[in-house]
Amino acid sequence: MAYYGTNEFKGGLKIMLDGDPYNIVENEFVKPGKGQAFNRVRVRNLKTGRVVEKTFKSGDTVEAADVHDTDMQYLYNDGEEWHFMDPASYEQMIAGAAAVGEAAKWIKEQDMCKMTLWNGAPLSIEPPNFVVLAITETDPGLKGDTSGGGGKPATLETGAVVRVPLFVQSGELIKVDTRTGEYVSRAKEA
Amino acid sequence: MRSDSSPGRRPTSGIPGESGSSRTQDRETDWLPSASRSALQARADLHARLRRFFLDAGVLEVETPILSRSAVTDPALASLSTGVSIAGFGSERPLYLQTSPEFHMKRLLAAGSGPIYQICKVFRDEERGRRHHPEFSLLEWYRPGWDYRRLMEEVAALVRAALDRPRMPVEHIRYRDLFREGLGLDPWRADIGELRAAARVAGIADADGLDLDRDGWLDLLLSHSLEPRLGRDGMSFLQDYPPSQAALARVRPDEPPVAERFELYIQGIELANGFGELIDADEQRARFLADLATRRAQGRPEPPLDARFLAALEAGMPECAGVALGLDRLLMIATGAEHIDAVLSFPIERA
Repeated sequence: MAYYGTNEFKGGLKIMLDGDPYNIVENEFVKPGKGQAFNRVRVRNLKTGRVVEKTFKSGDTVEAADVHDTDMQYLYNDGEEWHFMDPASYEQMIAGAAAVGEAAKWIKEQDMCKMTLWNGAPLSIEPPNFVVLAITETDPGLKGDTSGGGGKPATLETGAVVRVPLFVQSGELIKVDTRTGEYVSRAKEA
Repeated sequence: MRSDSSPGRRPTSGIPGESGSSRTQDRETDWLPSASRSALQARADLHARLRRFFLDAGVLEVETPILSRSAVTDPALASLSTGVSIAGFGSERPLYLQTSPEFHMKRLLAAGSGPIYQICKVFRDEERGRRHHPEFSLLEWYRPGWDYRRLMEEVAALVRAALDRPRMPVEHIRYRDLFREGLGLDPWRADIGELRAAARVAGIADADGLDLDRDGWLDLLLSHSLEPRLGRDGMSFLQDYPPSQAALARVRPDEPPVAERFELYIQGIELANGFGELIDADEQRARFLADLATRRAQGRPEPPLDARFLAALEAGMPECAGVALGLDRLLMIATGAEHIDAVLSFPIERA
């Protein structure tokens, strides 16, 4: 089993705490000139996404989490689970709703996603930063409005709802930033 | 030498490309200094002001060796070491990089130097963060015949001159009063259970899970709960420490006894540490040996004792007060920097 000392702490390091994998978000070294040093860290629970603060005595060690990222292609949803494939090895992996989380709102078949694996099993899915999706439903906007100033809700083919400019209509393709959930532009093709 | 692999947060400076964080950009820009041109200027101006201050005060500038055959024993400090290819200094005789110029400067005092100051680089392994860099600049000075109260007045005058804030307010707080008023406990008497409970009440994450000795708990409470309120409106001198944290300060036999030690805080940042200096050779040797025993118990290296420093104390060092002040942190305050890298020409990751 691998361990990290507190002097190896830095943003992005994956560690085990109370049986769960965590990602170090921020590490602050606190030390009186003459006295005990501490590492005050903010860590994100990779299962729940919750960020918590932890205090370590400098020099302590903590178990490393076997967590790594891999690029996977989304194949299909069978009604309960999401099926992905490693484009290099063609190996397939199945992820449940807990791992897919918010990504389910954005991904469609063939999309390349970042899958985070913990002990070889899917832990979380990150969608592409930008996706192109068709609008399945939106109110007809005012004709002649091209500014996009007002905006209206639009339902996309994946079920996600985003605000779009008034001139964008049902059936059109749009580009969305999945990190903010915001409309970017009209799109020509997927 | 150990390498520290935690680069901490990158500073934001006015340097083009500095805000970039991708690997490619790092390769393209990591030859650049992390300090802005104005931060370089601030350091040069600070040095000029300090030298003017000590020239006017009649304090002699000195230079002492960075490398020494002996090293600090303080269990909280980790020395770096190197070696030279000179007869008598094989690999079995490492040379330690100073964590402070204290021992050499005290040998000068014992030799009759009179008041002295030094601006130098010091080295501390395992220390890296927003306010820590393993190689940093220290201003250290000694005043024979002065007590630590008079030295605190001079520290305040120097900081006012350095920051060009002639009316910067000063407050003095006793260590014991800070804990009593801030946490409702007596740091001389509280046991570990009470200190742990105070940490829990103060909202320190994982206070229950930490395994610390009594001074470790005091350090935790001081650094996490109490320091942020020090030096909010000016300078705060925290003074009169528990004897267990005397370091190289003499202990005054009050009831209870207190160490004649002070620290200066500005904006919650620990800036300086000073002592009414311990000049008793036997007591000094006993503290060294106690440090080494602690190091042995913790499995840390036990460096050779500084026998020449002890010999100087035995020969006789004048009663004096001395202080060390971190110049990088003073520059952070002068320039409003949030990260030490913003006042360093090149941090260790780019050196």
